[in-house]
Amino acid sequence: MKTNSPVVSKTTIMIDKAKTRFADEVKERSGVNFNLCWHCQSCAGGCPFVHAMDYPPNRVIRLIQLGLKKQALESSGIWICVGCNTCSIQCPNAIDIPAVNDTLRQMAIEESSVIAEPNILHFHQSVLQSIERYGRTHKLEVMLRYKLKKQDWFTDIAVGLKMFIKRKLDLRPSKSTDIKDIRRLFARRTEV
Amino acid sequence: MMQNNQQMVDLSYYPGCSLATTARENNSSLIHLFKHLGFNLIELEDWNCCGSSSAHSINSELAFDLACRNLFLAPPDRPLLVACPSCILRLRHAHLYLKNDLGAQEHYEKTWVRPFNPDLEIIHFFEFLDKMDLLAFSKGHARGLEGLRFVPYYGCMLARPPVMRHEKNYHGLMEKILSSLGATPEKWSFSSRCCGTFLTVARPNVVGPMVNEIIAGAKAAGADCIVTACAMCHMNLEVRCTLRQKIPVLHFSEILSLALGLGQSEHRGWFSRHLIDPRPVLRSLNLFR
Repeated sequence: MKTNSPVVSKTTIMIDKAKTRFADEVKERSGVNFNLCWHCQSCAGGCPFVHAMDYPPNRVIRLIQLGLKKQALESSGIWICVGCNTCSIQCPNAIDIPAVNDTLRQMAIEESSVIAEPNILHFHQSVLQSIERYGRTHKLEVMLRYKLKKQDWFTDIAVGLKMFIKRKLDLRPSKSTDIKDIRRLFARRTEV
Repeated sequence: MMQNNQQMVDLSYYPGCSLATTARENNSSLIHLFKHLGFNLIELEDWNCCGSSSAHSINSELAFDLACRNLFLAPPDRPLLVACPSCILRLRHAHLYLKNDLGAQEHYEKTWVRPFNPDLEIIHFFEFLDKMDLLAFSKGHARGLEGLRFVPYYGCMLARPPVMRHEKNYHGLMEKILSSLGATPEKWSFSSRCCGTFLTVARPNVVGPMVNEIIAGAKAAGADCIVTACAMCHMNLEVRCTLRQKIPVLHFSEILSLALGLGQSEHRGWFSRHLIDPRPVLRSLNLFR
């Protein structure tokens, strides 16, 4: 008589409670029901950056569904995504993929995962430091901070100079006045 | 300038970080244009960065706080005009969320000791222009844009998160408005291709080829220039193009001012800030002296 036990090979991914817990957490935090995904790959087809990603958007969703947390949090795709929303307007089920990526990036930071694109994280951190200092982004300082972290002073020097000559990189920042108020917001949201 | 019998209407104005700094020519041409159309843009006092791409990428709560602070600063008696497609998305998204979350409203009302205004109108400058007959404002001193062939570049402006699907949209607006002023829109495939935004810093090797493809597309379409609504797009298209054959990129606000014959003395200051000088092309079409 035939048994009902599933065929298990070396590559079979067994989904246990711990694995579904990851999917539940991503769903809860992002507010997105990615289980609507048909894996039709419209998102991947439309994404202008897909060639620079290890996993296209729908496969990252598959990683979550399969509970492959490490692969999802360490993927480069979640960092390459700029949130242009091209994927989500093309998605037949209107899945907010950029919101899922926001959640995955933040989980990767919290869980000290290997960050696949450290330069992109450095850039975001440099922008937030600028907002914390001035209430607004000061492009020259963002660039300098970013370069300091990356220890790379030569890339894009020509571009920087061109912008400087055209008076597009201001030496002085544009600032908010009540900077204490801004810093209070940062203090509340960045406390560990 | 504007007709004297018409009273100026006050609008709150959120320029955003790009227009306040790198894209001052965008800011100045927009303020100029709106003054001519009868609107007085009053900069939102003490505004802060909307959070940009970076805040929501790595800290959603902080991103929400930053956007909300601006909403609570806005005076209740007039609409808030926003110029940057990315800022308006952040501000509208936060406003939409707040409207549906009484707990969050209460929290922020306590933080800033000000009431939440659920009726605050957050308007992109496109929406004002859409309702107007711009030709009526050009009498006497309009150059018109006769002879100019352009491609409209919206970048990611037309794409929004699913929760905002039913909000106003701007499809075809630049084509419609500029055609009414005599210019010819060319068909091309890149009007809604993302410019690469912040990847221009951390992954220039990804953005470079993409920008080149966009510029080459504009050339192939036979356009004299690209017209863009976003200061970030404008910068990337100018900065990352490595093709020998470049093409000028004009802010929508600049080309409108030019068409309506405004700010003759200011034009020089705007165009001289472009990395790809648009003046030779404009001169060859007799649009600029």
